[in-house]
Amino acid sequence: MHTTALQETSTFEAANSAPVLSLNGISKSFPGVRALNDVALSLYPGQVTALIGENGAGKSTLVKIMTGIYQPDAGEIVIGDDAVSLPTAHAAFGHGITAIHQETVLFDELSVAENIFLGHAPRNRFGLIDWKQMRANAREVLDTMGAGHIDAEARLRDLGIANKHLVAVARAMSIDARIVIMDEPTASLSAKEIEELFQLIEFLKSDGKAILFISHKFEEIYRIADRYTVFRDGEMVGEGRLAGTSQSEIVKLMVGRAVDHIFPKRTPDIGEPVLRIDGLSHPTEFDAISFELRRGEILGFYGLVGAGRSEVMQAIAGLTRTSAGTMRLEDAPLEPKSAADAIRSGIVYVPEERGRQGVVIGLPIFQNVSLPSLSRTSKSGILRLAEEFALARQYTERLDLRAASLSQDVGTLSGGNQQKVVIAKWLATRPRVIILDEPTKGIDIGSKAAVHGFMAELVAEGLSVIMVSSELPEIIGMSDRIAVMREGRMVEIFDNKDLHPETLVRAAAGIAA
Amino acid sequence: MTTTDVATNRRVPDRLDKPLTSALLSWEMLLVLVAVAIFVTNSLASPYFLNAWSLSDLTFNFVEKGLIALAMALLIISGEIDLSVAAIIALASTMMGMALQAGADTPVLVLIGLGVGLACGAFNGALVTRLGLPSIVVTIGTMSLFRGIAYIILGDQAYRGYPSSFAFFGQGYVWWVISLEIVLFAVMAVIFWFLLHRTSFGRTVFVIGNNPVAAAFSGVRVERVKFILFCLTGLMAGVASILLTSRLGSTRPSIAFGYELEVVTMVVLGGVAILGGSGSIIGVVLAALIMGLVTFGLGLLNVPGIVMSIFTGSLLIVVIALPILWRRFREARGG
Amino acid sequence: MKSLTKYREIWLAAAIALLVAAVAIRFPAFATPSRLLTVFNDYTILIILALGQMTVILTRSIDLSMAANLAFTGMVIAMTNAAYPAIPIPMLIIMAMAIGSLLGAFNGILVWKLDIPPIVVTLGTLTVFRGATFVVSGGAWVNADAMSAAFIQLQRGVFLGLPILSWFAIAAIAAFYLFLARTPLGRSIYAAGVNPTASVYAGIDVGRIKFVAFVISGMVSGLCGYLWVSRYVIASTEVANGYELQIVAACVIGGISIAGGIGSVAGAVLGALFLGVIGSALPVINVSPFWQLAISGAAIILAVVLNARGEKRQGRIILRQAEAA
Repeated sequence: MHTTALQETSTFEAANSAPVLSLNGISKSFPGVRALNDVALSLYPGQVTALIGENGAGKSTLVKIMTGIYQPDAGEIVIGDDAVSLPTAHAAFGHGITAIHQETVLFDELSVAENIFLGHAPRNRFGLIDWKQMRANAREVLDTMGAGHIDAEARLRDLGIANKHLVAVARAMSIDARIVIMDEPTASLSAKEIEELFQLIEFLKSDGKAILFISHKFEEIYRIADRYTVFRDGEMVGEGRLAGTSQSEIVKLMVGRAVDHIFPKRTPDIGEPVLRIDGLSHPTEFDAISFELRRGEILGFYGLVGAGRSEVMQAIAGLTRTSAGTMRLEDAPLEPKSAADAIRSGIVYVPEERGRQGVVIGLPIFQNVSLPSLSRTSKSGILRLAEEFALARQYTERLDLRAASLSQDVGTLSGGNQQKVVIAKWLATRPRVIILDEPTKGIDIGSKAAVHGFMAELVAEGLSVIMVSSELPEIIGMSDRIAVMREGRMVEIFDNKDLHPETLVRAAAGIAA
Repeated sequence: MTTTDVATNRRVPDRLDKPLTSALLSWEMLLVLVAVAIFVTNSLASPYFLNAWSLSDLTFNFVEKGLIALAMALLIISGEIDLSVAAIIALASTMMGMALQAGADTPVLVLIGLGVGLACGAFNGALVTRLGLPSIVVTIGTMSLFRGIAYIILGDQAYRGYPSSFAFFGQGYVWWVISLEIVLFAVMAVIFWFLLHRTSFGRTVFVIGNNPVAAAFSGVRVERVKFILFCLTGLMAGVASILLTSRLGSTRPSIAFGYELEVVTMVVLGGVAILGGSGSIIGVVLAALIMGLVTFGLGLLNVPGIVMSIFTGSLLIVVIALPILWRRFREARGG
Repeated sequence: MKSLTKYREIWLAAAIALLVAAVAIRFPAFATPSRLLTVFNDYTILIILALGQMTVILTRSIDLSMAANLAFTGMVIAMTNAAYPAIPIPMLIIMAMAIGSLLGAFNGILVWKLDIPPIVVTLGTLTVFRGATFVVSGGAWVNADAMSAAFIQLQRGVFLGLPILSWFAIAAIAAFYLFLARTPLGRSIYAAGVNPTASVYAGIDVGRIKFVAFVISGMVSGLCGYLWVSRYVIASTEVANGYELQIVAACVIGGISIAGGIGSVAGAVLGALFLGVIGSALPVINVSPFWQLAISGAAIILAVVLNARGEKRQGRIILRQAEAA
């Protein structure tokens, strides 16, 4: 094989060649939010550019502009030598731009072949879709990519996630895309599947495609990307060649300051065990999970996305049923059959998906806060608004909520303030154990600090906290002990003393030390 | 400067005083205006309209449907729908007729009417909440099933000869021109208003309609609340069946044909979001009144029922389209 | 499980065969080819309407106004024929399809441009169209005396051993198959129903696709308006009253998912034939036709329950992933 030689040539060419796509001075605002402010991005043929930034930095808005879903308020998009406009997804498609999103861009009920060729299917001389030809072409594309094991006639729904990604890539190949956008393609893949994906990216590179690779994982970025572009709060704050740029330089660009001092200092006062989980199992999601949570402790749960952490927490909070194992809360057996049961016994779960599982958009702030405590604020089933307002005031003020009034629709608040409402709602139930699932995901730095400060206050008051987080700085900065899960099983529980982040990453990824 | 800013920010008020214009522009206010306008038009168009007995007759036009609309409003706010209500009326009425043939007395007839309504509602509710099926398809199915059973039993026959004590429900007057029907409607309206707007059960109905997942995560028993709402809707259809059967004095399997559409129209006209999450009982009561006024007014002018349905159908679309167009217009002007 | 959903049409065909066989045990004449062709011919209109309804349901919508559209168009066509008997029948058919499409486009525009839920739009237009039928006819009927001989005779004619009416069904089945399976627009209809978000990324305008689907359901309603009045030789306001539910029933029984994106031409046809066989068998086995409504109601519920089981999507399974890796 001459792949290496080919790659070297293409890299050599790329270094000297002009970008295939440039975005200049792109700005985009939504009501109340400036998502992108005068950003620039260039993609080069045969090169992988990593787009790096925290949640909410504007990456997904940029992807939507590049794929014709959103229109920029200002700025130009240059493909080759021409400024173009991308008024529709179809136009972006026509310019050879294609996106491989996490899971949303394919059609579960349609066949593999059709997923690849939807919109540009081969036709016969009557203008009708030629299914036989389409299947043959699909097999050809899949074979070229080394994905010949995928049946072109299979329904997409019956494929695993890794194979679905391959189909998405095949689609990109089939339209002869020049620009391939990969939006967190490894989010739910196993190590082996990620390796296969990377081989595919090498293949696309050697084919001269320009690739935009969006990921949170530094090891992947360093493994596959040639260039980087960093976004922070809707602005482009740095770009360049990855070779010779250290990880800490990029982290500094991402957060705009050193990370460690935003976590509150605290002197843990840890008491006896409050919650004991022993051998908790679920038929398909997790197996033999055991741990103890002590009074006044923050127990961190680390792992890759999809390691089963949220599923375990939801079982403890009564949202899913378990198949085996026991739970005890302060010596009393805990067998929640619903969220209501768990709340009554003093365990609350602050869910990860704020918009879907947390806030009730359309209802005012005070009604959101009082929701799980309605039995306390009402009398024989009759609402008492004064009590509801008092409760909402008590907890939202503690969290420093910024709002015009407590009767404001919670949907009009920023993400950070919505999260404060969600946390206030759970605290108002006066829990003994509070489980926070990715509590600072997608919220601004200020709200983040408020949430962290508040967690420190809670444990100081004797509450026990479980924090599920995929952010290393957060998990190390906040936790007393850290449990690591991988693929539905508990790997190890570490004491957070001189713990090296690498230890956690290795444990989570299953790499031997 | 900074410290006072923080201090004022921390004092989040309970509510802001609404500007007068927004209170005046509320949907309910609009409905009041429409009702008044139709009332005036009716009085001008027909000399027979402004008369205590006419106005009393008018109420019979909307009370039965209005009673169902009260419960349907809660069901639609929770994000579900029941299209089988008219079929429930037919089945309940048929069952009452059968009991009558078997020699049942008025109290038994009433119990059967309520019981059949409740049972049908529970059947719908079980299919939707236990099996997780879409309510629109389920109730299209039960709509055929319930009325189909009525047809199997009755064919092209009819039950007649209800006792005079039974006739009181649909034809009786409590005092002067005040019918039992309108009193019942008023009482039920107050009960449903209280249930929806003043109890924690009502609050959970709104929560479920806006975000059933977050509701479940917050400890709301979503399926149970929905099941209760289906039962309530069935029960109110049972009540309507008693009133209608008593008023007509007979049962045919085609009784109340097409009522489901008018009930849904009433609810939507009353300002309830068809996709769930918002609405008010006052709006629904006003909408019931408006539809009663229109039907009765056109009736006085000898406009046939089928032509009135053009009005009902257009009204349904227009009342949903108007807020959308209005919002677009404001956005276009604002942007 | 997979094979069950994959071969839903085969299961349905088997159920129909079983039904025919059960009736034939007592009444052998029921299973003769000529008798079965009669059933097919009798249910031509339901088959065609179910195909139109399926197109709409595939896009996650529903059209409850089809029967009312049929009644209105049928009335207009019958009145036109009565007033101008010289207009040739093919011209009338084109006219029927055009009027039907126009009414369908009205539904479609409200769904597309105003984002009003389809069920609300078509519940509304259902009454408006039927009311309009009354208005144009003044409540009068158009019956055989007023219709031209050609108008009544055309579809009773026989071509290649089959009644012309049956040929309409065969043509519709072929046209819908080619359209839905073999044209880009047809595939877009499936795509828009399977995954609206992904459709946007693939350059499909989901709103416009819904509009197209409503125009198609309107067009077949119009066509069936002509077929209905000329077959039953009557046009009145009451024509096909309540028939919209039969159409939805045929689709649901045929395995077309109300959640969109799943369904086939064969399914819709078999769903309609299932109702057809039941409807034709009832008088044969001496059961009152009043049973038909309840049976189709029960069939809808049963079909929804079975479909829901087949469609239950698998969640992400963490432990299985672990084992596979």
